[in-house]
Amino acid sequence: MLELQSISFQVPDGGVEKEIIRDVSLRIPDGRLIVVTGPNGGGKSTLAKLIAGIEKPTAGRILLNGEDITGLGITERAGRGIGFAFQQPVRFKGIRVLDLIRIAAGKTISISEACDYLSSVGLCARDYVDREVNASLSGGELKRIEIATVLARGSSLSVFDEPEAGIDLWSFQNLIEVFRRMREAIRERSILIISHQERILNIADEIVVLRDGRVADSGAREDVLPSLIGTAAAVGDCPRLDPPKGADKVC
Amino acid sequence: MLKLDEIQKRLLREVADLHEVPEGAYNIRSNSRSAGRQSTAHIEITPKTDVSGLDIRILPGTKNESVHIPVVMTESGLKELVYNDFHIGADSDVVIVAGCGIDNCGPKDSEHDGIHRFFVGRNARVRYVEKHYGSGSGEGKRILNPGTEVYQEEGSSVEMEMVQIKGVDDTVRTTRAELAAGAKLVVRERLMTHGRQNAISTYVVSLNGEGASADVVSRSVARDDSFQKFDAKIIGNAACHGHTECDSIIMDRGRILAVPGLEANDVDAALVHEAAIGKIAGDQIVKLMTLGLTEAEAEEQIINGFLR
Repeated sequence: MLELQSISFQVPDGGVEKEIIRDVSLRIPDGRLIVVTGPNGGGKSTLAKLIAGIEKPTAGRILLNGEDITGLGITERAGRGIGFAFQQPVRFKGIRVLDLIRIAAGKTISISEACDYLSSVGLCARDYVDREVNASLSGGELKRIEIATVLARGSSLSVFDEPEAGIDLWSFQNLIEVFRRMREAIRERSILIISHQERILNIADEIVVLRDGRVADSGAREDVLPSLIGTAAAVGDCPRLDPPKGADKVC
Repeated sequence: MLKLDEIQKRLLREVADLHEVPEGAYNIRSNSRSAGRQSTAHIEITPKTDVSGLDIRILPGTKNESVHIPVVMTESGLKELVYNDFHIGADSDVVIVAGCGIDNCGPKDSEHDGIHRFFVGRNARVRYVEKHYGSGSGEGKRILNPGTEVYQEEGSSVEMEMVQIKGVDDTVRTTRAELAAGAKLVVRERLMTHGRQNAISTYVVSLNGEGASADVVSRSVARDDSFQKFDAKIIGNAACHGHTECDSIIMDRGRILAVPGLEANDVDAALVHEAAIGKIAGDQIVKLMTLGLTEAEAEEQIINGFLR
């Protein structure tokens, strides 16, 4: 279980300290899928980075299974079972998809094992395993490879920062399937997704609404979701499916 | 008949992936003497009589054969200048593995300057692999100055892989190529410098015939206080395609000077150059750290991939 106790995070902004996260307390129990939503600029991505150790809180404590990990770096937290999928996946010249999955697995896994991870995110493994993780891959492909690396890590807590960002609608529908399958196989592991896509909120066990750096609401999906529908915290796939008369384009 | 000590064998493994006597034609040069030589029915290796070096003659139509001509130096203070000429017959298809390893444990500089000239016949295909490596704890420098000249006849194809990853203190690499119609040259250079090393790599490629093409790509890493200069010039004298690229990672107090040059003397010459120098992106390191690597391990993985 991950526990955030009164976490705050400030950054200097034009000579004054700007508070991005304000006194946030959260519990992420094992075996649950939690979605953190809220308007842009509300602190969601910062919260994910604080959990992964990419940023350090200016106040408060982070506990993982009772251990205080507030002072631990990214590597130590990864070693303790925290996985993190970037909103903007990183490209590497010369590093192949297979290399990245092997690094993630922490051991020399066979090509066929690596392919299993790629297949589970909907990529035809044979076509990708030897490709470099470079600019030749599309945003959707990179996103799926990013998720495959987190799967290969087998983390006890996997954090996904806006998995829908930068991918096309078709890829997004496949991604929902990936998360649905992860949800089914969750067991004692937990998943935290930063998202304001309604379809991702729909598969959550619990929803946390972050606004202006504070927890504005939290609870079971069925309690929290109804009040979010139609707001910036729960965006539908395509709000304007019916084009106005004479319009050429949809959406 | 090969008499090599353990250090010489280790150098051979580093520069030519050789664990034993290679198949096919070879000449192994050790401390300025030939430690073994073999010609084959199609490939003849003979020592030059006027200067130090070899003539390697590959008969027209020779297919799927290889030539190994590695050089190892383990005596401190040796300085040598060697001329090797490759006469590659028309329609042949061969692999040539060169490379030089210097182990200098003494106080004097060791230097190997190799001048390789390739005369590539019509429609011949050559893959050339050259690795340079230095080791040893002595104060004497390990110096390698390779000069490469490539003369390609019509329709020929040359692919050159030149690698210098470790231990060479000073290197001035000069490569010149002249391509006739339809000839193709691909160069992949990989270079890493560290300590106080200096490396200068200069290319002048002339595309003289219609349909000639060249692709010269260097990937390099400069660490510590090392310095690199990459100076690549492609001259288009006909309807041709030329591309040169220098992609570098800079670390510590390293310095890199990239001087890409293009000269078009024909209205149908299509020439492109690209150059990028920068430190390792912070988000690359962070990503690998989230996969459990330390910062140092992440850097190593990024550099290994980059220089693959």
